[in-house]
Parts: sequence; structure tokens; C-alpha cells
Amino acid sequence: MTSSRPAHPALHDQPAQLAQLNLATLLHPIDDPRIAPFVELLDPVNAAADGAPGFVWRLVEDGTDDATGLRPAGADVIVNLSVWENHEALWEFAYRSGHLEAMRRRREWFARHVEAHLVLWWVPAGHRPDVGEALERLAHLRAHGPSPRAFTFASAFSAEEARSLTG
Amino acid sequence: MEDIDAIAVLQDPVRRRLYEYVVAQGREVGRNEAAEGAAVARTLAAHHLDRLTEAGLLESGSRRLTGRSGPGAGRPAKVYTRARAEHAVSLPARDYRTAAELLAGAAESAGVDLALQEAARRRGEALRGAGAPCGDLDRAMELLAARGYEPYPVRGEQANEDDGDGGDDGDDGAATAVRMRNCPFHAVAEQFPPLVCGMNLALLEGLLGTDGPVRARMDARPGECCVVVEASKNNDD
Repeated sequence: MTSSRPAHPALHDQPAQLAQLNLATLLHPIDDPRIAPFVELLDPVNAAADGAPGFVWRLVEDGTDDATGLRPAGADVIVNLSVWENHEALWEFAYRSGHLEAMRRRREWFARHVEAHLVLWWVPAGHRPDVGEALERLAHLRAHGPSPRAFTFASAFSAEEARSLTG
Repeated sequence: MEDIDAIAVLQDPVRRRLYEYVVAQGREVGRNEAAEGAAVARTLAAHHLDRLTEAGLLESGSRRLTGRSGPGAGRPAKVYTRARAEHAVSLPARDYRTAAELLAGAAESAGVDLALQEAARRRGEALRGAGAPCGDLDRAMELLAARGYEPYPVRGEQANEDDGDGGDDGDDGAATAVRMRNCPFHAVAEQFPPLVCGMNLALLEGLLGTDGPVRARMDARPGECCVVVEASKNNDD
């Protein structure tokens, strides 16, 4: 070694950010009155996300304020794709903000998933994952279980562990 | 130190008063303030606060008093907060936590949130007995304190306001809401938040009633119970 620089400086110098995909299968069409309480929560909860500490980005459909119109994983499956500075920021928003009220009532609106429906993975800072990338990570989690490439809250891996895969 | 030894440290009445005072503030407490709160001399308070820290019941840090820094600002003051670690002793040995974690994990997998909420609501109602819904926020404070929630009143229009001082002294305004510093289900609530926080809200709805003068509502925030109890707004119709 003639240099102390890492082999992949661009990769190693870049701070990582945490991406998150969640799928939710609607029990009724989104304009059904039984889903209305969920729809009413969309704007305030999305606004809370946008203002939450550590929030970086979330997917929205062009011309709207949310992603509920996008159905890349099935006609009745809504997706939630976002990027956060770290695991703690996402956890605090998901479970220690107005978002928890929507989570509490999930069984009134969404079908229970037998397979994993939430996946987390590290992305380079500034990267905006697309739906294809996100669904690929979820497929990886479902096929192989939690790993540095695709994991969950209960089985989190660090950005360092994820880097060691590609480094 | 084993849990039983840590708990035994609280047998000393001065130590226990100091511990309870620090815990009730929900923020860092200096030696002078703790001494005043427990009505003992500062040097005695300092000694016992450090014993509580050694036992792992409190955590200590140092903080410069407001507005002063650099040379001449003096030494930073020592401050204390409750340690995050849980201590419990059961004789004979019991392990309800493992049972709770396994049951919660199974309930999460099975998606039986609504059945759990219903069971919790019924338990809350049973705890209330045949009585009417909780009459006011003072009574709600008593009920919540008895169940370990460590409630404190919040005053003013904005129940979400993070005033940081717990609002429990020097304010003449009537409380408009009650928040809780402690989650009695903390360990399982951290692992299965929607499931267990939903259970907790249903339990409190059963305990306080949903059609009386006070109402429990989910309003999660970092570091506290996810529920706020408010005076109902629809008393005038």
C-alpha cells in the first residue's frame, strides 16, 4: 500500500442514507368510505414526514402530493418509498409521530401480508431509488431473509456492513 | 450490580426521595435543585445522588449553567437523569417479559390487532369497574399514576407544545391535557409499536371511558407514552 486512500474513495467517502419501501394491500378501493379515514390522514402525515428530522425524500406521483395513485406492485397495493438520513430518523417518524395513528388502524384498511412488506436498504447520499430498485430489494429480502442488502427494523444492518458487500 | 442490589439502594429514605424527585422532573436535575426538592442539605444530596448513579439508577452528566462559558464561567454543574435500564425483581423468578415478547410477535404475525384492542378495552373497563367515565383530568392523573404512567399536566391551548418543564409548578392556568412520561409496556412497545401502542390506547379508553369529560387519543412523540388525555371539547352541546 502506497496510499492510505481506500480502494473506492467515492463509495467510501459518501455518507449513506436509508431507503425504505412499504407495501400495503387495500381491503377496499381507495375511494371507498371505509378507507376514507386513511385518506384523511394522508396529507397531515405526509406533511409531518416532510418536516420530520432526518427526512430526505419520498416518492410522489407527478401532479399529486402522494404516491397512492402509483400501483407498481398490484392494482390494490399502494406503495410508500422514502429516504432518510438514518435508521433512527425513520423509526422516530414511523412510530413516534402522527404516523403511528395510521399504523395503529392498519388492520381496518389493509390486508395482512404473509410475506415481508417492508424493506430497508442503504443508498449513497443523494440517490433517489426508483420503484424497480425498491421492489428488487423487497424480493431479495423475501427470497434470502434479512441481509446487509435488504433488511428490516428488527434485523437492521449498518451502512458499513452494506459497503463491505460491494467494497 | 444485580437488579436486587440496585433496588436495595432505594431503601434509604433520602435516596428514595432524591430518586423520585429526579424521575418526576423528566429532565436533567442539578444537585442544588435535587437537594431542595428532597429537603436535604446539598452535600448529603450530592453523596446520595452519586450512590444512585453508581447503582445504575441515575445517569450523571455535566452541564455549564446557562449563558456562561469560557474562562471564569466556573466548573460545569453535575446533573442527573433517570437511567434507561430497567430493574425488576421477582420472587420466585418469573419471566413475563419473554412471554409478552413471544405473544406480541405471534399477534403481530397473525395480524390480530383488532382482537387485542378489544381485549384491552374490556380490561380497561373492568379496571374502571361499574363507575362512570373518568370525571376530570385530576382524576385521570390519579388513575394513570396508579398504573405507572407517570402523568403530568399540560397547560395552555397547545397540548402538543414541548414546554420541557412538565408544567407542574408556578403556572396558574388550568391543565387542558395530561401527558405521560412512562410507557409501562416499553420493551414490547419498542418491538411492535402499532400493535402494542394500539393495545395501550384501547386499555386507556376502557379505563377512562370514551364518552365522558376526558378522552384518550393517540399523539405519539419521542421519549414518552404515545397517548395524550384531553378534556373533551364537546361538553356544551
